[in-house]
Amino acid sequence: MIVIVDYGIGNLASVLNMFKKIGVKDVLISSDQETILKADKLLLPGVGAFDAGMNNLEESGLIPVLNKKVLEEKKPILGICLGMQLLTKRSEEGMKPGLGWIDGETLKFNLDPQLKLKVPHMGWNYIKVLKENPLIDTTSKNRFYFVHSYFVKCFDEKQSLATSNFGADFTCMVNKDNIYGAQFHPEKSLKFGMKVLENFSKL
Amino acid sequence: MALKRIIPCLLYDGSGLVKTVKFKNPSYIGDPINAIKIYNDKEVDELILIDINASRQKRKPNFDKIADMASEAFMPFAYGGGVKTFDDFARLYKIGVEKVIVNSLIQEDPDVIKKVVAHYGAQAIVGCIDFKKPLFGAKAPYSYIGHKIKLSLVEYAHYLANELGIGELMLYSVDNDGTWEGYDVEITGQILNSVDVPVIACGGCGNLNDLKKVLYETNANAAAIGSMAVYSKKGMGVLINFPDRKSVIIED
Repeated sequence: MIVIVDYGIGNLASVLNMFKKIGVKDVLISSDQETILKADKLLLPGVGAFDAGMNNLEESGLIPVLNKKVLEEKKPILGICLGMQLLTKRSEEGMKPGLGWIDGETLKFNLDPQLKLKVPHMGWNYIKVLKENPLIDTTSKNRFYFVHSYFVKCFDEKQSLATSNFGADFTCMVNKDNIYGAQFHPEKSLKFGMKVLENFSKL
Repeated sequence: MALKRIIPCLLYDGSGLVKTVKFKNPSYIGDPINAIKIYNDKEVDELILIDINASRQKRKPNFDKIADMASEAFMPFAYGGGVKTFDDFARLYKIGVEKVIVNSLIQEDPDVIKKVVAHYGAQAIVGCIDFKKPLFGAKAPYSYIGHKIKLSLVEYAHYLANELGIGELMLYSVDNDGTWEGYDVEITGQILNSVDVPVIACGGCGNLNDLKKVLYETNANAAAIGSMAVYSKKGMGVLINFPDRKSVIIED
């Protein structure tokens, strides 16, 4: 069973819709600790501010449950957008510490004004996959949909799974053992995102 | 950097899809769900759906139908029409709409827009500016339900992006709508030079050259297509289609 963790933030319906489309039936949205404890895989979506996300996770009492599932039981987890940023140690966007499972931090885009790029980085972009992994092919020339003003910087470069470019290269997928993150929105990236979620469902 | 987007802009009359000419004479196109399924296969960048009657008829968005549409849209989905209260926005985001498009609400209740921006972020709102050439004077913002807008186009765009904090603008030429004669490249360029937010050009697209022109001569971030997305050719029958992206979009 895949549980899409509902911590009161983000567009959960879209992720569920795409799993249904792929034909993954055993998937549900839940904020219930007992349900999450039974999950085989977790999906951590999220749109919005870093501190709001961490506050909601804390207030729902889910952090110990998530730590148990991810760090002790080693269940696969995929963080999407803010959900990926929450995997890091901290963010320039807020004061709260993150989950800290990924050895990195979340920074604001600080672009050369001469590039005339408009933040947020919004729209479709290509990604470059840096190493073999079960979610996405290294030869992928696929495009994905992004909407974000902050990005993840890995301290341990081995945890950077893929990069994209917005003024400069930035990490757009992370991975450490059973922990995965995608800065883009697979649930809104047509068949390209569908493939990522399908591969995740098969882990 | 992010790729330029081409976006089918679908008009909905409360029951089915329609297409207008200069905002008038809506012709029936078909069922929105079928169209959205086809657009998935065509790998469109994004979808816009506007309920053209909701505000006119003072009714709420058709939330159930929009939820059905959103559940079939595996690309970013923007909705506009009859959205008036904070709760309307919240319901739309919850059922899977990424962006809500506002138009007459800008005159009616700017405070609710600011509240939504603060809560959901600037990227969750698109400000639609309809504009046309009045009998006398320069092209100006136009309200299809008769609100008075005293600002010039550039002032109005500025107000939306900088005062209300709206994250993206959609510039819809009423005079070009449904004509297949090309975008208003001049106005699109003027607005782009005066605001820092992404801009979607809309109204008048008739061929691939129109798309290239507005996307690369003005640096618009996105171009919406109406007639071209629902008819096979000008004056011809209904065909849900989408131009070949590769023949328009320059990829690095």
